Amino acid sequence: MDYALRFLIGGLVVSLFAVIGDMLRPKSFAGLFGAAPSVALATLGLAFSKHGGNYVAIEGRSMILGSIALAAYSFVVCQLLIRAEWSALKATLAALAIWLVAAIGLKQFLIG
Amino acid sequence: MVVHFKFSALKQGRPYEYVVRFALGGLATVVAGLVADGAGPEAGGLMLAFPAIFCASATLIEKHERERKEKNGLRGQRRGKAAAALDAAGAGWGSLGLACFALFIWWQGRALQPALCLAAASLVWFAVAVLMWRLRRELHSPPTLCRDL
Repeated sequence: MDYALRFLIGGLVVSLFAVIGDMLRPKSFAGLFGAAPSVALATLGLAFSKHGGNYVAIEGRSMILGSIALAAYSFVVCQLLIRAEWSALKATLAALAIWLVAAIGLKQFLIG
Repeated sequence: MVVHFKFSALKQGRPYEYVVRFALGGLATVVAGLVADGAGPEAGGLMLAFPAIFCASATLIEKHERERKEKNGLRGQRRGKAAAALDAAGAGWGSLGLACFALFIWWQGRALQPALCLAAASLVWFAVAVLMWRLRRELHSPPTLCRDL
């Protein structure tokens, strides 16, 4: 039940941000919504009610590292699209490896 | 260029595209919960910045831009990639806003009421993201290919 609720709330919040991003112009501004805290809002809202503020603060600290990994991911996607001329699907899927390595590496190095 | 809404852009989307993004968003939220429940909030927090729907969004942007050009009898492949790259660049700059959102949650998560904390953190995200967008525009003008996107 808990995970079904998560799925529903997450899907709704992410879709809302995605639709706003679709409608906004110029596209460079709309791109900001690609890094919107949509999954975070859904997850943290539920975490507050289930686990409390301490738990949420710890998640926030790790999320900072995930955001740095997202910056690296976006840079690599951009390069693969423009310089290597990969398709968007291929570039965004391949670069997920960069996000994983950066996020897990930073966590291990800085938090342990 | 002034920031504005282009409501006609919604007509480009097909119903299945919205379903895919809803499903990916829901799935990412479930996975973030599973990771946090299984490996603790330190690992779960990382997943809150996972580029969950970026694959779908960038692919749709590329496809829509290509189709728009091809409808006018032009080859839209390069233009489609440029539009997706511009979206990725925006997300890169926006990730600093996401980091500030997370920093605020880390700082005030224990002190503020949940709804107030999330609302204030969202405002921080938006303010920093807009500031980054303006800074980026000041620093360099976009390449010719992307200028009127």
